[in-house]
Amino acid sequence: MAFAASFALIAPELVLGITGLLLTLVAAYGGDKFARFASIAAAVALGGAFALVAPSVCAGASGMETEAFGGLFRADAFAGFAKLMIFAASGATLMIAPRFFEKIGAMKTEFPVLILFAALGMSIMVSANDLLTLYMGLELNSLAAYVLAAMLRDDDRSAEAGLKYFVLGALASGILLFGMSLTYGFTGTTSFAGITAAVSGELSTGMLFGLIFMLAGLAFKISAAPFHMWTPDVYTGAPTPVTMFFASAPKVAAVALLARVSMEAFGSQVDAWRQVVIAAALLSIVIGALGAIGQSNIKRLLAYSSINNVGFILIGLAAANASGASALLVYLAIYTVMTVGSFVAVLLMRDAEGNQLEGISDLAGLATTRPALAWALMALMFSLAGIPPLFGFWGKFVVFQAAVEADLLALAAIGIAASVIGAFYYIKIVKIMFFDEPAGTITGEADKAHWALLLICGVIVSPLGYFLTPWLGSLADMAAASLGLPG
Amino acid sequence: MTVFAFYMFAALVIASGAFTILARNPVHSVLWLILAFFNAAGLMVLVGAEFLAMLLIVVYVGAVAVLFLFVVMMLNIDFAELRAGFMKNAPLGVAIAVILLAELVLGIGAYRAGKLELGTPLGDAAPIAGASNTESLGALIYTKYLFLFEVAGVILLVAMIGAIVLTHRGQRSTRGHQNIAKQNARRPQDATVNVKPEVGQGVEL
Repeated sequence: MAFAASFALIAPELVLGITGLLLTLVAAYGGDKFARFASIAAAVALGGAFALVAPSVCAGASGMETEAFGGLFRADAFAGFAKLMIFAASGATLMIAPRFFEKIGAMKTEFPVLILFAALGMSIMVSANDLLTLYMGLELNSLAAYVLAAMLRDDDRSAEAGLKYFVLGALASGILLFGMSLTYGFTGTTSFAGITAAVSGELSTGMLFGLIFMLAGLAFKISAAPFHMWTPDVYTGAPTPVTMFFASAPKVAAVALLARVSMEAFGSQVDAWRQVVIAAALLSIVIGALGAIGQSNIKRLLAYSSINNVGFILIGLAAANASGASALLVYLAIYTVMTVGSFVAVLLMRDAEGNQLEGISDLAGLATTRPALAWALMALMFSLAGIPPLFGFWGKFVVFQAAVEADLLALAAIGIAASVIGAFYYIKIVKIMFFDEPAGTITGEADKAHWALLLICGVIVSPLGYFLTPWLGSLADMAAASLGLPG
Repeated sequence: MTVFAFYMFAALVIASGAFTILARNPVHSVLWLILAFFNAAGLMVLVGAEFLAMLLIVVYVGAVAVLFLFVVMMLNIDFAELRAGFMKNAPLGVAIAVILLAELVLGIGAYRAGKLELGTPLGDAAPIAGASNTESLGALIYTKYLFLFEVAGVILLVAMIGAIVLTHRGQRSTRGHQNIAKQNARRPQDATVNVKPEVGQGVEL
């Protein structure tokens, strides 16, 4: 029976969805007393989904047998690789969020429920093989994200972040839908395979409009310049664990989705979208680097850092071949680890009463007062800057290698030059931590979950991470191969 | 017969549309709008889209129009005051009208210049003979698009959870809550007390 095979393929999504529904009931009848239990149950569900996806990634699943529901959904290795990152980042959020919310008495049982549904939406996004599936997954994730951003509704900044994200996100969804309807009108189909078959020749003007509108809508979702305006405000205003979630999992999902739309559905029209992607990549790198320089809030700085990193990821996409897709996945994996690590470090910035601090000036002289935190943050910052002994360098290296292989020498050269500008503000943080007079404001203690997570991220970004490269590289190569790209 | 029905519905849609914006009382406007929806539904039945017609009545008349009515009645908008700013905003209104007119002209021009080369829909399944379009839609939604249909349900659930999370403020009713068990457990000897106040001294409560 075709349905049975389809349900077997969406097993991870079923686990997430059913757990989400059950926890909704727990939240409705049990109230906020069950917040801890719901967090643990949601983390277990994410772990279960992770375990269900892992075999298909290791086996490099691809081809027709990965398609479910008549080609609406595709559970291949590329989707699987992205899902592993999404589930891991969502699980990390659930690990650190309860402590943050309990401190201010705002932990709700609905928080893990919304994270689960967001993860479900993202996993549908990356498995999309049809414009309809794409939009459903995107909206499911976005709706949960709007609510998560406004979770601290009594805090003005959080409410502002939620509202801003909602209004601009709805606009971006509208733009995306407009592009999708044009695409449907000119190709007569919503399935990616059908679009590939229909756009084999010269693109008509209307079709090009559709493609550009879709790229613009998706660029908003990955916060690539020039559609990045919302990022700093939303990242600063949202509660820190939610910001960590936004900067990691949805970004992975949206980038994987963008890669699938452009490389798979429009794989024969590389010249039509490559210039757009290159422009967005260069703008993101430069704006991300320059915008971060004057910031005094560490969350705002990390927001610009994420814009900057998206630019490098888009360079991998611009290569438009299998090694580009593989580089994109490797970069995404390393980026996720670095982002999670950085935000956990931000969460560890507490004063004596346990209140969160966000100012960069609070970091002054951290090396003498809290050496462990300072060294971890230093490793993360150098890794984000892409300085060689650390693992972040490897991500940048594979991306630029892919760009050079695809004869995009100029793009690679400009990207490398701009990454030097970006290194400035990362190094400035290290300088503030190690060479400035101690501010002595960060004195609070943190719990073990934060330190454990920071340790894991620290070990991965440290030079020890290079032991992972053969393994990570081969998994990413297999995942990229399942997209069926040339070279 | 069909022609007569078409002209009747069409004329009524236009007329009630005009009355919607011309009526002085906003409640009348909403009622005219409902009439316009009904006639539009009639037009849809004429072209054979009976599912869409029912949907229009259920969703637009049943939900949206009633919501409008509630908003209009509850907000108590002063329309006289709104009209007072008419001359101030007139240039903007004229500009928008000109843009819309230009779009209409361009659209008609493009239409007359020739057909766009649209893709042909992929309809690979044979149409179900003799089925109403409600039946055909159901056959697609619950088989081919079952997955998307269920995901749409989850999206609506998340929207609902979100609305509740962001607005629900717990129990803080000003009237307090009636606890019937507590009321029944209350005995007369706990609630009343016999006192003999001195004359002229008043009572202490």
